[in-house]
Amino acid sequence: MKRVLAVLLIVSLSFAVFAQGATEAPAKQQEIRVLLANHPYGELLKPLIPEFEAQTGIKVNYESLQESQLTQKLTTEFATGSSTVDVFMTRPLQEGLLFIKNGWYGSLAKYDFSDYPAASVELGRKDGVPYIVPLVIEWQVMYYRKDLFKKAGISVPTNFVELEAAAKALTKDGVAGFGSRGKGAAAVTQFSSYLYNYGGLYLDNNVAVFDTPEAIDGFRFYGRLLGTYGPQGIASMSWENLMPVFQAGKLAMWTDASVFLGQVVDPTKTQIPAEDIGVAQLPAGPKGDSPFIVTSWGMAMSSKSKNPDAAMQFLNWATSKELAVQGMLSNIPMSRNSAWANETVRKNMNAELIATQAHAAKNGYPLDRPFMSAVGQARDLIGEVIVEAINTKGTSTRLPALATEKVKAVNELLKADGEYGGK
Amino acid sequence: MIKSGFFERNLKYLFPLPALLFVLLLMVFPVLYTLFVSFTDWTLTSGRPMKFAGLGSYLKILGEPRFLDAVGRTFYFTIGAVLAEAVLGTTIALVLNREFRGKNTLKFILLLPLVATPVAVGIVFNLFYDPTIGFLNYILSILGLPQSGWVTASSTVLPSLMLVDIWQWTPMISLIVLAGMAGLSNEPYESAKVDGATSAQTFFHITLPMVMPTILTAIILRAVDALKTYDIIYAMTGGGPGYSSETLNILAYKFSFEYFNMGQASSILVFLFFIVLLFSLGVTKIRKLFEL
Repeated sequence: MKRVLAVLLIVSLSFAVFAQGATEAPAKQQEIRVLLANHPYGELLKPLIPEFEAQTGIKVNYESLQESQLTQKLTTEFATGSSTVDVFMTRPLQEGLLFIKNGWYGSLAKYDFSDYPAASVELGRKDGVPYIVPLVIEWQVMYYRKDLFKKAGISVPTNFVELEAAAKALTKDGVAGFGSRGKGAAAVTQFSSYLYNYGGLYLDNNVAVFDTPEAIDGFRFYGRLLGTYGPQGIASMSWENLMPVFQAGKLAMWTDASVFLGQVVDPTKTQIPAEDIGVAQLPAGPKGDSPFIVTSWGMAMSSKSKNPDAAMQFLNWATSKELAVQGMLSNIPMSRNSAWANETVRKNMNAELIATQAHAAKNGYPLDRPFMSAVGQARDLIGEVIVEAINTKGTSTRLPALATEKVKAVNELLKADGEYGGK
Repeated sequence: MIKSGFFERNLKYLFPLPALLFVLLLMVFPVLYTLFVSFTDWTLTSGRPMKFAGLGSYLKILGEPRFLDAVGRTFYFTIGAVLAEAVLGTTIALVLNREFRGKNTLKFILLLPLVATPVAVGIVFNLFYDPTIGFLNYILSILGLPQSGWVTASSTVLPSLMLVDIWQWTPMISLIVLAGMAGLSNEPYESAKVDGATSAQTFFHITLPMVMPTILTAIILRAVDALKTYDIIYAMTGGGPGYSSETLNILAYKFSFEYFNMGQASSILVFLFFIVLLFSLGVTKIRKLFEL
């Protein structure tokens, strides 16, 4: 009797296993797995995917993740060799080098890159093979409160001296005059433009150089501005903390990436009428006028894709000219040149935003962080210098020594990864 | 082909097999694999295959000032939070051990923090704590008290995080201690009453010694969890401002998923593993003293 029971148990358990196999067997439909970011462009794609499925007969299983979780998931899956991803959104400056080095991107030699700025394609190329389709660009802008400027009787600052004077004049009645990211690693990208405008750089030919006198002046200015006129707790604030403060009307000027305009003027999220919110280019510094302008998101194929043809079809569709125009119309600045030339787009987009883009495209610098594989650790190290500058309002006497110490540490990372002083 | 009688002879092995496989694959294997990786120099950023490095990763981690700071913070956080939870939890259990109107409602309300998702709790507390638009500084300003930076200042960040942990986990200690009190016999209390003991004497000389093993069990459970706290810290500060709320678990997370330095991340985790192990053994020893 016991034996019969045991056999029955095993048979019934195996049924469950076979049953699943049986339902999957007849399906010959092509399937791909796509990882999207919780980014406005990912949101734009999601509702359109059924159209793609109907056109091509390819089933798309997509997942949507917050940016750092997306990097983690991709890295873990690729590193353990268990990945079933076919197409994914990727951040060229954050993970591009790492993924190229480990051979995780599939070759896109067959993709037509003629509609993209050459420099943006170059970042995702190695040994002549392109790996990343540039998707979305972003650059640094200054969001500001037109009403507060009017009330104080001052005009929008065009250089750092005027910026500091305006921050001073506008810091009153519980409103902070100026805000920008102060949270260590997160601040590295937004501080970059200040560094460039002071004549400094993070890396020069793959050697860390952010301890030059110019760079130190940049750190001091940023620290003084944030430490003196920033909201309380600025040294631990990133964009997700600054945006609600701006939306609540407690911040007069805020420099951050262009991508946030849509949310800043969204009447369901902000207490400030849209007509009181302006967008201006970042003021010029004493030695430069180069806000960062970068490819913040791209799209790529996995080298392990079991369905490269279907994956390529999806990639071509998801990065098409038509979708780029749709993206622009939803206030997402796209990489494609043709999207910017489109008449409907130029008529509908925020004119101030278009002006800041034109300025950044002409004068800007194509990186907003140290471009290296160990960028995560390098950002934490640079972040320590930024936080020290903010906490001392830019006056710290140990700032040069601290910067030199961190430069050394970043160079060690570059050496350990075989990237020091060249590619 | 299965021989007849095979099942009968081996039933005692076959039935626990799925559970055994589960434990081996999902619990033992990851620990052993982490131990293995901790002896390599595996980093993803170099693009090189992993290589045996002996104690290399351990030595590098011991030379990292952030590691020693994180060890200190892990203990500070755990001891501070768990002590407060033990005192508060026991007090609440004493109150709940009496009969009064609305007791069940109160018990129900006390249970709510336990079932809340830590990340959601973190986000809500961040809104309370926000120095500019947050509720707590608003209250302080109404009372005319100086405002605090809460989680945005390095001097107050750990106590602020401890407060969240205390809010969420004190009820668990209360519940365990309450269960322990329910099992106490009445006789010692009756003799104490006959001898004319005051209620304070009854508490310190009878109740407390008798429920001490239960309290210590609750402390072990909580401390093991608190040593490994990750969710609320990551959700609320990410280890900041600067590195000032970086505990061992957060540090290990950063080394693995932000720096992709798997070798050193694993060695941090092996350290944490032994810290938790030693801590549990230590408190278990103390607990034995009370049982005699």
